[in-house]
Formats: sequence, structure tokens, C-alpha cells
Amino acid sequence: MKSQSYMKLEIPSRSDNEAFARVVVAAFASRLDPTLDEISDIKTAVSEAVTNAIIHAYEDRVGLITITAYLEQNKLTVEIKDEGIGIEDLEMARQPLYTSKPELDRSGMGFTIMENFMDEVKVYSAPGKGTTVVLVKEIRSKKELPSS
Amino acid sequence: MEIEKLICDDCLIMRLRGELDHHQAEQVRAAADEALQDKGLQRLILNLGGLSFMDSAGIGVILGRYKQMQQRQGQMAICEIPRAVAKVLEISGIPRVIPFYKSEIEALRQTARGAAVKRRARQR
Ligand SMILES: Nc1ncnc2c1ncn2[C@@H]1O[C@H](COP(=O)(O)OP(=O)(O)O)[C@@H](O)[C@H]1O
Ligand SMILES: [Mg+2]
Repeated sequence: MKSQSYMKLEIPSRSDNEAFARVVVAAFASRLDPTLDEISDIKTAVSEAVTNAIIHAYEDRVGLITITAYLEQNKLTVEIKDEGIGIEDLEMARQPLYTSKPELDRSGMGFTIMENFMDEVKVYSAPGKGTTVVLVKEIRSKKELPSS
Repeated sequence: MEIEKLICDDCLIMRLRGELDHHQAEQVRAAADEALQDKGLQRLILNLGGLSFMDSAGIGVILGRYKQMQQRQGQMAICEIPRAVAKVLEISGIPRVIPFYKSEIEALRQTARGAAVKRRARQR
């Protein structure tokens, strides 16, 4: 691990952990002195990835979600990993509005939100093995950029 | 998540407070379903003023209720959008189908006007 600033969180895939997971990552990221908008972006993107692990990766069972995050200079990297069903067609899954569960009031906007709110989104997945989502965001220092 | 429900004539107002994620979405859905059993309700106003967080689960809940109101040829509006929620709403495309208003009172007034126009159109 290159980074000196590192965290790891393991949680069971229960929906009452969604808020906990995003708050922990936001608290970790706060070391970079992000703006309120940046904090809000990070929380939203993490929430999307964690929710996907809960409802898609593990469906009706409870499995393990591992969240690691590290800081390098002004860059936050968050990895959300599950060992669930995996994604067959990544390109289709990332399309705006695509959802495999329309019956559950899903909007299919999870990946679109991650892409809009973070600088980089990488998805690694193997059917039957699991999925890892990597989210990267550069925090623009408040001192350099006065908010308009 | 706190949900306050108010009924004003044919309008159901739901004031949401807290964080609207997948975990909390079910509560909002259930509260709306229960109130909307009254088929006389023709308008739904969601007041998001108390939300400190919303992700795509909120989009799902909002669009789901919009479909419900469409099925009864009713109307829906959203008001008091907090900054933390605005970006998610913008990306969702919801502004193209559901009108946003600054205040609850404005949403009430504007939807009442819309309802009157609809009634006249039906009578013709
Ligand atoms: N961790 C995951 N494991 C398995 N499938 C996933 C995972 N994350 C996303 N998917 C698939 O990608 C689709 C799109 O995800 P998303 O954009 O978040 O929309 P939604 O969650 O509303 O369905 C999901 O419907 C699901 O089929
Ligand atoms: Mg999703």
C-alpha cells in the first residue's frame, strides 16, 4: 500500500448499513478538507455502490461488503467490493436507466450518479464471483478555489 | 426518516425529513400507498425541505409515486428542494416531468390551478 492514509471497513450487506458506510467514508475524506458539495457527492456515490452490493450482488442473502479507501495528495480512492452474483454485461449495466429490477422502483441511475459525482469510476466484475467498484475523486482545496 | 402527512382538499402533502436512501425508501412508499388508498386524492406534493441526503432510491420513489398519480389522472409536484438533493434530481430527468416549486403554498396554488384546467377539459 503506497498510501499512508488508509481505511478498511467490513459490513454485512444489510440496508441499515448504507448510512453508516457513507458516513464513515465521508469522515475519512474530510481529512482533505473538502467542501460540503464534495462531501455530498462522495456520500451519494458510495451509497449507490453499497446499495448495489446489497440489493443486486447478494439479493436475498446477507454477504460481506468490504470498503477500503485511501488518500494520496488531494485524491480520494474508494473501493467497494462484494462477493455476490457479479455482472454479466458491464456495458449494459452502466447505461443510464438500465436496471435488472424495475419492479422494485429502481431507477437504473446508480452508475450514472457515480460517474457524474466522481472523477473516475471503474468496475471489475466476474459472474458468480463478485464485483468491485472503484471511485476516485480529486478534492479541490477550498483555499485555492473560493466557492462561488 | 420522519414523514409528515397533511391533507388539504384533494391534495396529499408529504413532508420528508432525514436521509432518503434505499433503506428508508420503503417507509416513504408505504406511507404514500396508505394515504393514497383514498381515491379522492388527486394531487400529491412532496416537500423535500427536510432532506439532508438523497440517492437514486429517492428517484425511484418519486417516479413510482408519479406513475401512481398519473394512473388516477392526478397531479404531482415537488417543493423546497435542498442543495444536497438538487444535483441528484437534476441528473434524474425528473424536472422534465414533475414541476418544482420554491414553497409548499406555491405548489398548492399551482396544482390547484392545473386541476381546474383539467376538470374543464374533461367536462368538454
Ligand atoms: N454489485 C453488483 N452486483 C451485481 N449486479 C450489479 C451490481 N451493481 C450493479 N449491478 C447491476 O447493474 C444494474 C444497474 O445498476 P444501477 O445503475 O445502480 O441501477 P439500479 O440499482 O437502479 O438497478 C443493476 O440493475 C444490476 O443488474
Ligand atoms: Mg443502484
